Amino acid sequence: MEVIYALWLRQVRRYTRSGSRIIGTLGQPLLLMLALGYGIGAIYQKAGEGDYLQFLVPGIITQTVLLSAVFWGIIILQDKRFGFLSELLVAPVSRIRILLGSTLGGTTISVAQGLIIFGLSLIFGFEPSNWLLVGPAFLVLVLMSMALSSFGAGVASMVDDFQGFQSINNLLILPLFFLSSALYPLDTVPAALKVVTTLNPVTYMVDALRNLLTGVSHFPLTTDLAVMTITFVACVVFAVNRFNRIQM
Amino acid sequence: MEQEIISAKGVSKRFGDIVAVNDISFSVKKGEIFAFLGPNGAGKSTTIKMLTTMLRPTEGKLMLAGHDVAKERDSARKAFGIVFQDPTLDEELSAYENMELHAILYGMPKNTRRIKIEELMKLVELWDRKDSMIKTYSGGMRRRLEIARGLVHEPKVLFLDEPTLGLDTQTRNLMWEYVKRLSDEKGMTIFFTTHYLDEAEAVAERIAIIDNGSIVAHGTTTSLCKQTKTSSLEDAYLSLTGKTIRDESGASNNGLNFKTSQRNRNLK
Repeated sequence: MEVIYALWLRQVRRYTRSGSRIIGTLGQPLLLMLALGYGIGAIYQKAGEGDYLQFLVPGIITQTVLLSAVFWGIIILQDKRFGFLSELLVAPVSRIRILLGSTLGGTTISVAQGLIIFGLSLIFGFEPSNWLLVGPAFLVLVLMSMALSSFGAGVASMVDDFQGFQSINNLLILPLFFLSSALYPLDTVPAALKVVTTLNPVTYMVDALRNLLTGVSHFPLTTDLAVMTITFVACVVFAVNRFNRIQM
Repeated sequence: MEQEIISAKGVSKRFGDIVAVNDISFSVKKGEIFAFLGPNGAGKSTTIKMLTTMLRPTEGKLMLAGHDVAKERDSARKAFGIVFQDPTLDEELSAYENMELHAILYGMPKNTRRIKIEELMKLVELWDRKDSMIKTYSGGMRRRLEIARGLVHEPKVLFLDEPTLGLDTQTRNLMWEYVKRLSDEKGMTIFFTTHYLDEAEAVAERIAIIDNGSIVAHGTTTSLCKQTKTSSLEDAYLSLTGKTIRDESGASNNGLNFKTSQRNRNLK
């Protein structure tokens, strides 16, 4: 137990000590929120769809967690490239515990980032439809963070260099974000796009968060939660499997 | 009879059809300073990786402090400390935090680990810099801290993989002083690799030379010189391994490059 706590603490310390990392992972979502929220918001309202910021914020929180998962993967990759992972792998500790401790650290960081963006969105005029549902929304955020941190850890275990990781990032994370319901409602999109977004697990994460925070959603909450749970299990299995295969 | 703390019997490691280590057998006695020498890509790193549970031997048996390295990994892991060829400290933690994390990973109780960390950091003269981030440490300081870290859990064997690479003469001398003291005072077994043959000659009690995956000679400096009719370890070494420069990307290679070459072949 102490090992898991120590590895968790290591990640959290690294996060809180690196100002540039905090700003780096918050900058992009913040920019998207401002540019899209205010830029597209006016057109959205003209089209009779209501307040775009209300619609957008759950999507931006999800994007923050996605981005966090990527940064998370980079940290594991750094450990691999710059040797610290060797120190961990020759220690008399099972790999599962190493992965668990580190990934819980990653999850905590993602949740913190998501909460910061949520806090900032309140300043920009976002308002939850029901404050009582913010608690359950937080749990959704935690589940989402655990799934995506595991995913990031799994991907980082597979690749050996930053270039490889960058292309995976571009080929995987950006489509996962853009081809989800984060930025636009699914009712009005063309059929082909609808098929893709429906197959994307991130869609369900955004949808669950949107349901709890704004009361608007595309799928029933039970569907969202079922898909998220399956995604979570799949991500954990993927991460454990890949991490176990690392050879130094 | 003197006690053997490391023994290798018929150990081979193959990556696909590349043979990295070919049927090697050797033993290291308890308390001995043992040097493992060989040209680049001869199989040194692969052997160390097998001894330290990072790679499994394809064939043969490796025993370390009475534990089968492939079968009782965690007990074997507690019995050795290692200083890797490349630095493996967490740059964004302080020196003390690095040491503490190591102690926790090796399951040391809270009260003993504080005392032990202080003792070792004082030994390598870094105690007054314990709260500095590793980022601010010089290469020599990092190396010293890594040696101290490798000793926190009181291992029976300390592996040093090219420990003096890139260090200045002062730090090198200081480092070998610590190592000798550890061996004399605590009876610790030291297993090291190096490309500096003068170091091996000065420090090692026994030497094994590996080339193209096989051990070509082992013994004391004197016996190696006698065997090759030379007057220094360097001459003995050159007469055993030849004077040609080894191709790093060739067939005999270290673990990492094996992986890359294997992947490239798979891609083809």
